[in-house]
Amino acid sequence: MFSAFMINAWEASTIVALIAGIVGFFTVLRGASFAAHALPNGAFAGAAGASLVGISTVLGLGVFAVMGAIIIASLGHRVRSDVATALAMVVMLGLGALFLSMTTEYAPQIYSLLFGEILGISSTALVPTAAMGAVCAVAIFGLYRPLMLSSLVPDTAEARGISAVRTEIGFLLVLALVTTMAVPVVGTLLIFSLLVSPAATARSFTKRPGAAMGISVAFALTTVWAAIAVSYVTGLPIGFFVGAIGAVLYSAGRAWASWRQGARTTHRKADRMASSSPSPRGRWTS
Amino acid sequence: MTHTGASWIFEPGFFSSGPVHLALIVGATTACVSGVSGIFTVVRGQSFAGHAFSDIGAAGGSAAFLLGTSPLFGFVVMNLVAAGGMDLIGVQRRRSRDVATGVVLGAALGLAALFLYLGTTSSSTTGATISVLFGDIFALPPSIVPVIVILSVLSVGVSLVLYRPLILSSLSPDLSTARGVPLRLTGVGFLASLALAVSLSAITIGAILSTALLIGPAATAVRITRRTGFAILFAILIAAFTTWLGVLLAYDSYYWTPSHRAWPVSFFIVSLIFMLYVAVEVVTGRVRASPKNGEPGETT
Repeated sequence: MFSAFMINAWEASTIVALIAGIVGFFTVLRGASFAAHALPNGAFAGAAGASLVGISTVLGLGVFAVMGAIIIASLGHRVRSDVATALAMVVMLGLGALFLSMTTEYAPQIYSLLFGEILGISSTALVPTAAMGAVCAVAIFGLYRPLMLSSLVPDTAEARGISAVRTEIGFLLVLALVTTMAVPVVGTLLIFSLLVSPAATARSFTKRPGAAMGISVAFALTTVWAAIAVSYVTGLPIGFFVGAIGAVLYSAGRAWASWRQGARTTHRKADRMASSSPSPRGRWTS
Repeated sequence: MTHTGASWIFEPGFFSSGPVHLALIVGATTACVSGVSGIFTVVRGQSFAGHAFSDIGAAGGSAAFLLGTSPLFGFVVMNLVAAGGMDLIGVQRRRSRDVATGVVLGAALGLAALFLYLGTTSSSTTGATISVLFGDIFALPPSIVPVIVILSVLSVGVSLVLYRPLILSSLSPDLSTARGVPLRLTGVGFLASLALAVSLSAITIGAILSTALLIGPAATAVRITRRTGFAILFAILIAAFTTWLGVLLAYDSYYWTPSHRAWPVSFFIVSLIFMLYVAVEVVTGRVRASPKNGEPGETT
């Protein structure tokens, strides 16, 4: 399980999980799960285009991911963001259908982009993954304050001169970069699960944003490591175990939260007064 | 190639081709169902769920493939189960809607990975993933028509039965609570009809077109009118028009290049839908001084 070729898989997946845990926290906080699904899914069309014109897959992914982020942000002024996201995604996938119809040998390559090639990562492919991961981390910490404020207290953020539009574009661009970094490693479907499930689970365990981010990273790492290990032993796909572990952790989190909620109703009443929302997940969810 | 009159627009054989007829019929049916569900999807801010069902259904489809039952059955059952799961997690509440859909979709994608893996190792159909994503409206078996019609009627029927409570609860949850409309029941009913509608469109025309026809025409229609009935009518007309024109263009595109390779129909339909949306957006944006006022319902 720790032989030479597996070491690359462990390293690459650790980088992806770290970044997914951090960015996922903001994804869930901002209600941007659909964008986290749409960008990797649509960027996949960029990979098809790249193979058509003979440039690097990562470049194609990057161009389409950024294009998608820009479409979502520019339509998002006018309509609800979920509609903007859906439109951006179908436009990218429509182009992808065109690109695919022009190439001949695509099926295995597409399959690998959907489900990733975590066991086929070479040492040279690790360098760009790590570099893009570092840029993501730096960008998130640069945007930390505006992201937190505009997600938690939009009015205060505006009053302090933080532009909601610019924060949104910044966040979508980070998501585009995460897409470019993670899709060649874990595939379009897995990066979505890693962005959403651990961060959503973390909400059941704490109400403090900082702690939630830490828990989200811890769950993302646990999920990926356990999935690779079990997949190695059983021979079944990693994607299945990432999905299954994510679902089990989330259900466990919800069960624990409702049990604690029942046990400590008095505490919750005090909590409720601090927040205007009747949601048990209080303060930072509303 | 010599062209005279209408043959400039309709390349030879368009009207006599069986697959084209079938594509036009299925396209129109899907347009009607998507138009009705689409308006409520857009107004209720459920686009993510509307798209997610097409991916979740694919997991059910691949499970059905393994079990040797009908893929449509797999799509419908999986999506109805997923609709229940989303409701349990809290898809009706605005704050947790996005996460509820995301968590269910994440779990379903994991199952899809497993089923596709088991399916491909036993019979090597790597293309299964691709065909589920992109679909092929020109490769439908004629036997699918009755099933599609029955499910369409069922889905539209549920939406029509729920019509008034749906409008009321979409536009003003507080008012509808005051009037005794059961919010959660309405929401679950809508999700079930959406699950049916999307199962149907995803399995026939693929996930991309399913989402495009559900969201695009409806989003365009609510820019044109604020009355729900008219919006549904416009959405159906836009969906039917773009589908038919897309089928025509895809058919004709075979003759465009010397290599005689038709461009995919999904590319044309999606492009038409998007261009129409942007055009309407630009026009209504100019007409209205403040564009955000036109949005019915709550904004996210």
